[in-house]
Amino acid sequence: MSRKNEIMKKSIGIDYSAYETGGIAFDYEKMMSETGYALEEINEIQSSVSVGNTPVIELRNITALARKMSKTEQAARIFIKDEACNPSGSFKARRAACAVYHAKKLGYKGVLTATSGNYGAAVASQAAMQGLKCIVVQETYDSRKVGQPEILEKQRACEAMGAEVIQLSVGPELFYAFLTLLEETGYFNASLYTPFGIAGVETLGAEIASQFMAKHGRYPDAVLVTHAGGGNVTGTARGLIKAGAKDACVIGVSVDLSGLHMASDQAFNRKSFTTGHTGFGIPFATWPDRSDVPRNAARSLRYLDRYLLVKQGEVFYMTEALAALEGLERGPAGNTSLTAAFALAQEMKDGQIIVVQETEYTGAGKHHMPQLTFARENGIEVKFGEPDAEVPGASIVLPSCPSMIKLRDFDLNKARKSYIKNCLANYNVKEVSDADVKFLAEEIKADTEFVKKVIKELEA
Amino acid sequence: MSAKKGQWVQIHSIVLKPEERAPQVPEDTRKTPLVMWVKGYLNADAEIGAECEITTVTGRTVRGLLDEVEPAYAHSFGSYIPELSEVRQQVKKLLGV
Repeated sequence: MSRKNEIMKKSIGIDYSAYETGGIAFDYEKMMSETGYALEEINEIQSSVSVGNTPVIELRNITALARKMSKTEQAARIFIKDEACNPSGSFKARRAACAVYHAKKLGYKGVLTATSGNYGAAVASQAAMQGLKCIVVQETYDSRKVGQPEILEKQRACEAMGAEVIQLSVGPELFYAFLTLLEETGYFNASLYTPFGIAGVETLGAEIASQFMAKHGRYPDAVLVTHAGGGNVTGTARGLIKAGAKDACVIGVSVDLSGLHMASDQAFNRKSFTTGHTGFGIPFATWPDRSDVPRNAARSLRYLDRYLLVKQGEVFYMTEALAALEGLERGPAGNTSLTAAFALAQEMKDGQIIVVQETEYTGAGKHHMPQLTFARENGIEVKFGEPDAEVPGASIVLPSCPSMIKLRDFDLNKARKSYIKNCLANYNVKEVSDADVKFLAEEIKADTEFVKKVIKELEA
Repeated sequence: MSAKKGQWVQIHSIVLKPEERAPQVPEDTRKTPLVMWVKGYLNADAEIGAECEITTVTGRTVRGLLDEVEPAYAHSFGSYIPELSEVRQQVKKLLGV
């Protein structure tokens, strides 16, 4: 669609060209500071709509189980930030609160968002609170009009809060339908990837820092963040840094869905996770500007210290364990990073602290029982065994013993190289300037020597 | 089956025919059209499968083929999953609780 940039500018109110510096580079921090909001402002906006300031809960029994499974008999203490306490039941309320506030301030009559995830309900909830109209565009059904129970539940939640839900069959051309609707309605594009959306998550990181300093006199050693489009990682990490927790290790976690094509009609209903998986995590980390805005404010490689993968069966196991041992019934997708935390804790010492920075609400459809039922109905084998034997789209393997839940590192250097390669290809760059090298180093949290070495390798 | 004016319905329309789909779309998806479903209040009596017009909750007027009348939410908590009961028992046993 040739009018894409024009529609985008009108629907977000940001002239992204103001931050372009030529070549590959653009001024990320200038974009974040001029178009985003300061931490204090976000706090005020979110407090006014009862978003944020969620409790931190120590998972004593899960920690005890980790110590039982640990080879050293030691394990870090695991805490969880109970983001399900937000009005719409997930941390996405933070992003939505800012996007809707901003839309209202600029005088838009409504907000439009393209998401099949928790963000839809979050925007619907905030639009209801702040008095704007809301349309949510969802990729919902395969060609048989069969939908994932989790997406169907999100449809219900959005409609319950007064939003219009537009549903599409599988395919990336959803974006075309989305642009057409933006043009037709003149609504604000409540994209997940604008600076205000990301600034909304910064309070999450900042709250973690201040809650731990107040109660434990120190910052956590590691913060685990479920990684999909990268906004959760980016916002949380920026908030941690702003609040002083500069040394907390930021670890992204995704559910391993390798081998499943995200735009495939047949594969669409063969996955049990609709977000927080590698189908979003890896493409977005290695090419953030694939999003629905010209310059994505979510740039996870800038902040990631480590990137871990877990299996679907492992997450379902931990979801059940969280309910049984801690009395906390929460949605499975939100427990992705909890699963990695359980294994990571066993690599650490008793006195250390891990924070799992989110939970999400649970209910009909959005629960591991209907997910496993749906998987079986779609011919997926569900069984106990060795989690590494799980084949996305063919099987879900619940670990025979929790000691089998393990860490799988996704090589960040591989992701960094891939990002550089994508940059060079997408910008069709013949010569990389010093400014570009410096920018690329910041983009991937590496030094300029690493960037130069990769560029040389790619040229060869 | 027919629906009355003012009833809550779901309609669908074809956004892209199979031959109009984006080149990067996988082969299985390219054999299918891109379909859009929208819900709203019916503007005039219509038969299932017939062309009709609705008004959505945001006030948009949308045309399409009538799919369902008063569509219900059918998602649930699914079937009993014996493996999950086993997980529950296992973690409690491991901790001796």
